[in-house]
Order: sequence, then structure tokens, then C-alpha cells
Amino acid sequence: MSAINLLIDIVLLTMLVFTTIAIVRSRSLFAIVMLSGIYSLLSANIFVVLDAVDVAFTEAAVGAGISTVLMLATIGITGYEQKKRRSISRITPLIVVFITGAVLVYGTLDMPAFTNPSNPVHEHVAPRFIEQSPTEVGIPNMVTSVLASYRGYDTMGEVIVVFAALIGVLSLLGIREKKTDPVYTEPPPRPILQVMAKFMIPFIILFALYVQFHGDFGPGGGFQAGVIFSVAIILYTLTFSQQDAMDLVPPWVLKRLAALGVLIYGGTGVVSLLKGGNFLDYNVLAHDPIHGQHYGILIIEFGVGLTVACVMILIFFAFISRGDKNP
Amino acid sequence: MINEHLPALQVVVPLLAAPICFLILNNRLSWLFASLVSWLCFAMAILLVMEVKDGAVLHYEFGGWAPPWGIEYSVDVLNAYVLLIVSGIAAVVFPYSWTSIQKEIPESHHRIYFTAMMLCLAGLLGMTITGDAFNLFVLLEISSLSSYTLISLGRDRRALTASFQYLIMGTIGATFILIGVGLLYALTGTLNMADLASKIPALEGSRTLQAAFAFLVVGFGLKLAMFPLHLWLPNAYAFAPSAVSAFIGSTATKVAIYALLRFLYTVFGADFSFNFMQVQWLLMPLAVASILFASMVAMFQDGIKRLLAYSSVAQIGYMLLGISLVNITGLTGTLLHLFNHALMKGGLFLTLGAIAYRVGDTRVKSIAGLGQAMPFTMGAFVVGALSLIGVPLTVGFISKWYLILATLEKGYWPLTVLIIISSLMAVVYTWRIIETAYFQERPANAPEVKEAPLSLLIPAWTLIAANLYFGINSRLSTDLATGAAKMLFGGSLL
Repeated sequence: MSAINLLIDIVLLTMLVFTTIAIVRSRSLFAIVMLSGIYSLLSANIFVVLDAVDVAFTEAAVGAGISTVLMLATIGITGYEQKKRRSISRITPLIVVFITGAVLVYGTLDMPAFTNPSNPVHEHVAPRFIEQSPTEVGIPNMVTSVLASYRGYDTMGEVIVVFAALIGVLSLLGIREKKTDPVYTEPPPRPILQVMAKFMIPFIILFALYVQFHGDFGPGGGFQAGVIFSVAIILYTLTFSQQDAMDLVPPWVLKRLAALGVLIYGGTGVVSLLKGGNFLDYNVLAHDPIHGQHYGILIIEFGVGLTVACVMILIFFAFISRGDKNP
Repeated sequence: MINEHLPALQVVVPLLAAPICFLILNNRLSWLFASLVSWLCFAMAILLVMEVKDGAVLHYEFGGWAPPWGIEYSVDVLNAYVLLIVSGIAAVVFPYSWTSIQKEIPESHHRIYFTAMMLCLAGLLGMTITGDAFNLFVLLEISSLSSYTLISLGRDRRALTASFQYLIMGTIGATFILIGVGLLYALTGTLNMADLASKIPALEGSRTLQAAFAFLVVGFGLKLAMFPLHLWLPNAYAFAPSAVSAFIGSTATKVAIYALLRFLYTVFGADFSFNFMQVQWLLMPLAVASILFASMVAMFQDGIKRLLAYSSVAQIGYMLLGISLVNITGLTGTLLHLFNHALMKGGLFLTLGAIAYRVGDTRVKSIAGLGQAMPFTMGAFVVGALSLIGVPLTVGFISKWYLILATLEKGYWPLTVLIIISSLMAVVYTWRIIETAYFQERPANAPEVKEAPLSLLIPAWTLIAANLYFGINSRLSTDLATGAAKMLFGGSLL
């Protein structure tokens, strides 16, 4: 590791610590949400220094981006200040945190240093991913090879985790459509914001599509693309109105598409079963295994993007339709 | 062809059935579909048990990638046994759900309920069958998220706080498990359990390995409600809808115990876990404390569901006690208790669901006089309670017998006394309920109560009858449990 990387790491980690302390000490929920966004952005920077650009991209899009928006929508319902609460004992939590930290420090003292090329992490499974994936899977971005093919079943699990989160939000909050609400009033027009948003939205969508389909070659893929796509709709909702957005992408359509995305991913696995391979074995999808891998990854990434985009928009709808203030 | 894909289908079928449940717009069809899938899962689990009961191990490579590069499912007698428990309970609870949720969950949420139940089932089955440490974490997330959703569906508004409490504790547990798996990966460069098992013996002195062990034990301790990390459990079970209490109460903690066993014995190896880390001396006092403390608290509960929840904490104590004895008899006792406790708590919670359906709530004082008004329901409850106490001819006796034998084998006679004392405490807390139901008159102003409908009674009695059947003819459960215990001790790694 070069000296400059070390310096950047130290600076970023120090900032991370200060952000955490500020989050713990602050009572303003708005400030906490903003600081959490900063925390994620700092983490994304650390991932970049570690050369994990795909992870950094996800952290920036999900952690710093969409989570911050969703948390802001939440404090739109709950209010901006933390309630005063009875003073509770801080001794027990402090002891627990101290022990956990002590075990982590103790455990990492003799952990293999990540700069050492002869680490188990670099010598066991990684060499095959690096050397064989261009010929076995046939795409340049080996992170995508690992996520979508070698460990594609885990990724399917992650998509289902996203779907399970949607089920949870729908069961707790549901989505209220304002059309039926008699006290609902149209928000005043905000011409400057609306014109600017109209200008930006096509580019956001275009970027989402680029990230979706370029994931084989560079950082990106369905998760990041889905989040970016949802941001376009969220921007539209914020500058126009919730009702306009729900007319544009009706919640009932989004719910079906979210489930469909999961089925597209799983269906690819079922097709490979029927074609005589194991579940999610893309080799059997086409005559040539490499083509099969290409098709398989393309299709499952589409399923991921579809589910993630729909779920993010729906969760956002669920939160803002509960708030009494119209965004 | 189907047979060779059976391990994958066991999880993939319910996993993909969940979004389909969500897409079916008719509630009744969604329920029929979910029940059908739950039976299909049970059938697949039976087939898997038949294939592996003689010691065979099935492997399945996802995506056709050989482990450790790809994700592997590996089925031996231990996972097949736990798969049988989880899918068997699901096959009873799913059909039961329809009538039960009519009065407990608003109609608009019925599809969400079936989708979440399906996700929870798939997650639990996946955690059980997988041979990959990270894949276990992914499926743990699926089952946890869906169980938070299911618990929050309870009628009482306190279900929301119960669910939130479980969410916080469960997330801390999951994070600890992830840290543990991450440390193992840093040390070995692999996530496959069999591969980890082959690399860990060489690393015995490593501090990172010890930290990974600590994080995994505490993480699973949170998920399985090990004393004093059990605080989320009583509220979660008490305020969840009846069918959810029955399903989660008899499967979720069992799967967490299975996962703990898998890491202790298969991944870390019995030598590292018990000779080097001496984890039994952590588990034993905690097991004793949870048996005594939870049984004591159960005696003073007004709500029957909460009473049974505390009793569950005590039963988990028995399972941990069996592990901490570190002998084959004790481990067999633990594994038998996984099976037997699922049958008794499942049966009891289903019976309570029938009471809730007719009476509206399940406080001890609300069931006064129900012995006459609902003879079949209360009859089921009595049999379930006898099993919980451990009366001969019920399954409760079988597992306690093995535990007592194991304590005597080790010469730890105070533990033998403890098991007997806590059984007497179980007599006290179940007797209060039975006495109220049979020997108190129904209050004069209380509304008329009829026997519960057959759609609730049949599933409840199915589990209760299983308590008797496997109490008398325990060959199936004891053979599987003994086989699994011997395999874990045998040093044969996956």
C-alpha cells in the first residue's frame, strides 16, 4: 500500500469516528439522518481506496442516497426532534459495547494484514476467480462474475431480502392513495424546481440503464441501477406531487413488477433446471456455455434491477403517503 | 432427475412460491396455494430423510460451480432431521392459518401474511440445508425479516413494539454472525463449511479464530434466545397472531440451535469448541439459569401465550444443557428435544389459537369453565401440557429421559435434580390453566362459547396426537437423533 493511501485511510477513518460521535450525541433527527448519509459517503470512499469500486458504488447509491431519502421521509412522519426520555441506565449498554469492541480488537490483532499478497483470502478461492472467470464466465468485471454466477444463489437471496422488506413495509404502513382522501389538496406549483427536474430526470434514467447494462464491463449492476432508477421517480414525486407520481407509476403495477423481478431471477434458475443443468447453471441456457453465461447474467440482472427499483419506489410511497405534509 | 435436484427444490420451491402467493389476488387461492406448497415441502423433506438416514450425504452445487467457488447444499442426517421438523410444522400450520387469521388479521393483509409465512419457511429451510456459511446468513436475513413482519401483524398494538424489540435484537445477532463469518473468511479465504472445517484445525492458536467463535456463539445465542439474551422472545410470542406463534415458536429457535450445533461441531470441530474454547462451561450455567428463571417467571403469568413463551425459554435451556454435557446421550437429548418441543409447543399454540378464535383472548382468567364448553380443545391442551411436563407415554418424557441419563452418565447429579425440579415447576404452571378451565365455573355474564371449528381442531389434534404417537413409538425420532449425534461426534466432517 502506498503512503498516500495510508494517509487517506487515516483521514477518512478519523472522519468516520467523528461522524459516529456526532450521531450518538445529536438530538436532532434531521442532523442524524444527514450525518448518516455522510457516514455512508465516507465508507464509500474507503471502499474506493480498497479498490472495491462495486461496493463503493452500492454504498454511495444505497447508503448515502436512497436510505437518506427514506429516512427523511420517515422523519416527515415522526417529527424532527428526538423526544425527551426518562433517563435510563447507560452502564449496561456501555459495558456491552466495551466488551464487543475489546473482542474485536483482540481478534484482529493477529488477523492477516490485508496488504499481504500471501494471505489466505488471496490464495484460496480468489485465484480461480481472477484467472478463470474471463474464460469460464466470459465477462471482464469479475465482481459481477462472482455475484451473478459463482455466487448467484446468494444474490437471488439478497433480492428476496429486498422483497421481504417490501412485504414488511406494506404490512406495517400500506400505501394510501390521496385521490380518495377528501382533505387532500393539490400542492402549489413550483415552476423552477419542476422545470429543472424535468430536465434532469431523463438523464438519471439513462444513467440507470447504463449502470444496469454496463455492469458486465464496469462497476454497476442491477442493485445500483434499480436504486438510481427509483431516484428519478422520487425526484418527480418531490417536485410535482405524490398523486402525479402515483398516476405515472401506479402502486398496484409496481407491486406486481416487484414480485415479477424475483420470479425472473428464480425462473432463470428453473429454466436451467429444465434444460438439464443445476439450479442457476447458465451454461446450459445456450449452445455455447459462454453465451449461456452472458444471457443468464443479463436476465438475472434485469430481474434484480426491476425488483429493487419497484421496491424502493413503493417504500418511498408508503412513507410519504403517511406523512401529513405533502412533499 | 427430480431426485438429484431435491436439495435445491426443498428451498427454491417455497422461495419462489412467496412472490407467487403475493401475485395471486384471491385470498383463498393464495392460502390453498401456500398450503399445497407447505405439503410439497414436507414431502420433499421426507424423501430427503429417507435418502440420508443411513449415513449418506447429498451434495448440490448451485450454478454448477464446485465448492468452495460456488455455493453448496449438503444434506446429512442432521439437516434432514431439522428439515423434517420445520416442514412438518409448516404443513400443519399453513392449512390451520385460514380460519385462525379470519378473526386476528384484517382481510387486506391476508396475502401479505401468506407471503411472509412462505418467506419465513423458505428462509428457515435454507438455513438448515446450506453448506455455505455466508449463504446461511442470507437465508437468516430472509427468515428474520419475514418473522418481524409476521409478529407485527398481531391484533394487540403491543405487537408492534414486540416486533421492533425482536428486530433490534435479531439484527444485532445477525450482525454478530456476519462479523464471525467475515473473520473466518479473512483467516481461511473460504466460506464453504466443509472447506472451513478442513482449514480450522491448523489455526487453533489464532486470536482471530477465537473472536470469530465468540461472535458466532453470541450471535446464534441471540437468535435462539439463550438466557440472558432471551428478552425479545416472550413479547414476540405473546403478541404475534396465534398461527405465527405456533410456527415461529416451534421452528425458529430450533433452526438457530441447529446452526449453533453445525458451527460448534462441523465448522469449528468438537475438539476446538469443547477442549480448546471450553464453551460448555459458558453454556451450562446459562442453561441452568434459563431453566430455573424462566420456569419461575412462567408460574406468575396471566396470559397463557406469555406463559408458554417463558416455558419455551426454559425448554431452550434443556437443549443447551444437553449440548453442554458434551456426550452422545446429552446431544441426542438435545436433538430429540428439538423435535419433541416443536410438537408440544406447536400443538399447544394451535390449541390456544382455537381458544382465541372462540373466546377472543387467552388470559388465564378468560378460560374459566372452558373444560365443559370446549371439551376437545381443552382435551388437546391437557395432553400437550402433560407432554410439556414430561409424563411417560408423551414425547416430553423421551427427551427428558435422555437428558437425565446424560447427566447421570457424567455424574452431574445436581443437574438431574434440576431437571426434576423444573418438571415439577412445569406441573405448577400448567396446572393453573387446567384448574381454571375445568374446576371454575364460567362467569354468569360471559357470552356462550361453542367448541372450536374442525378446521382448527384437526391441525391442533394432529400435532397433539403426534405427541402421543412419538411418545409411545419413538423409534423414528430417536434413530434420527442418535444417528445425527453420533455423526457430529464421529468427526466425519460433512
